[in-house]
Amino acid sequence: MLDQNKTTRVEMDWSGPERLQMNMGPQHPSAHGVFRAIVTLEGETVVAVDAVIGYLHRCHEKLSETLTYAQYPSIASKTDYVAAMTSEFAYVMAAEEIGKFEVPKRAQYLRVIVAELQRIASHLLWLGTWCMDMGGALGGGATIFLYCIRERELVLDLFEALVGARLLYGFFQVGGTRYDIPDGWAQQCRQTIDVIESRIEEYEQMLEDNAFFLARAKGVGIVSRELALDVGIAGPLLRGSGIDYDIRRNAPYSSYQDFDFTVPTEQDGDCYARYKVRMQEFRQAVAIIRQALDKLPAGPISSRPALKSVAQIRIPKGEAYARVEGPRGEVGSYIVSDGSAKPYRMKWRGASFSNLAILPHIIPGHKVADVVAIMGSVDPVFGEVDR
Amino acid sequence: MNGEQARASLASTFGVDIAAGVPLVVTVAPEQWEALARYARDTVGCLFFNFLTAVDWKEQGLEVVARVDNLEENVGLMLKTKLGPGVTSCASLTPVYRGADWMERECFDMFGIHFDHHPDLRRILLEDGWEGHPLLKSYAVDTPHPPYR
Repeated sequence: MLDQNKTTRVEMDWSGPERLQMNMGPQHPSAHGVFRAIVTLEGETVVAVDAVIGYLHRCHEKLSETLTYAQYPSIASKTDYVAAMTSEFAYVMAAEEIGKFEVPKRAQYLRVIVAELQRIASHLLWLGTWCMDMGGALGGGATIFLYCIRERELVLDLFEALVGARLLYGFFQVGGTRYDIPDGWAQQCRQTIDVIESRIEEYEQMLEDNAFFLARAKGVGIVSRELALDVGIAGPLLRGSGIDYDIRRNAPYSSYQDFDFTVPTEQDGDCYARYKVRMQEFRQAVAIIRQALDKLPAGPISSRPALKSVAQIRIPKGEAYARVEGPRGEVGSYIVSDGSAKPYRMKWRGASFSNLAILPHIIPGHKVADVVAIMGSVDPVFGEVDR
Repeated sequence: MNGEQARASLASTFGVDIAAGVPLVVTVAPEQWEALARYARDTVGCLFFNFLTAVDWKEQGLEVVARVDNLEENVGLMLKTKLGPGVTSCASLTPVYRGADWMERECFDMFGIHFDHHPDLRRILLEDGWEGHPLLKSYAVDTPHPPYR
């Protein structure tokens, strides 16, 4: 029988060589998905990380070998479900490159508009959840999160008006797009991006004057240029580490060369640099959408006749690697075709997979609380990590 | 070096024909695989490791494909090597690129390719007890697997 009146006090001294293994996940609020990090701790300091992924694995690559070029684009949405337009985009571009499909100018512009709207929606979700992860210090926990979700709804409303779905679209198809914009959509789109542009400034004021935010983001999770390239991280992470590279500008696709925009870069490579890059990308996305709406050409949205069967699109033998600059960086689709209606082999280069591989390199040496901030700044979407 | 220089120097160093185009596709024998990656990195300046994967050509065997980029000169290289029928081992690129770590683990998981001298070659997406390698053409889409528990 335990004597409840007698208390025993145990002193835990962590200055010695004791190590503790702790599981973060598979269900952890900061993972925004299913991710398990087995962290080895010395006191509060992380000395090693083993990342365990694969909980959301659906083997999209095998699945794509069983679906035709007409069927798979709408399934491609489900790899990165936070930026579904991006994955569809990469897949159809790879098929178009092998099959030498022309894409009408109007379809190219529509693709740019939805891709940039998707970037805004994805970055809003990232900003909100990241700030919520870092907790109540940022002015009441869920404040920024709810603001961001409110704005993201406006973008999702636009997608709903366009394709009827809010999350997974099936907007892209080989040779063009499946939908044209309905009446009044362009006006609604302009109003939305005006609202978002004004709100971005508000978020920056809320965050950048907040000493707690700065303390948690500045100097935390530094990625050097060499490490960034060697591991192959992309997008805002790469640009946050001082590498001035954006596929939209360095290897333009879908008429990106028609638009004026800048590629924001930061030199520090820490969480704050990645935050700064993404905040600038909001404004660049807004600028691109405005130009695309202004210059939107008339004409058809698809270059090929309507299909009578899903197996009707056949592309010749060959292979292609098409890549787009998604919200999280380079999203690529590598298709090997054997001349049939389905790919012989399709490889997803998921931006989140490569970005997440940076974690074991940068987390050791940080405190446990920083793990959350670093993980959020990487912005992984586990549908894309696990595919 | 730019694309044309890269093409000429890779062709003469490795004695292979390389078609002009974007990206440059370089196919070498498996023995030269690591040397090719090292040359791409150190001489061509492809510091960015993009991805690594494989293609199963059935009776002709497996082909390992990797993509690396020189971001400053906008040069992309597709590196390829055919392992040959029945061969399931390949040199690891982890000594050259740290990004090859997870990519090779995925490739091992999906194709059963053993990368020699990889520091930590275990399954990454599937669970440890999984039987078979799903992206092989011999693996049926509807392969039954034992109950979860």
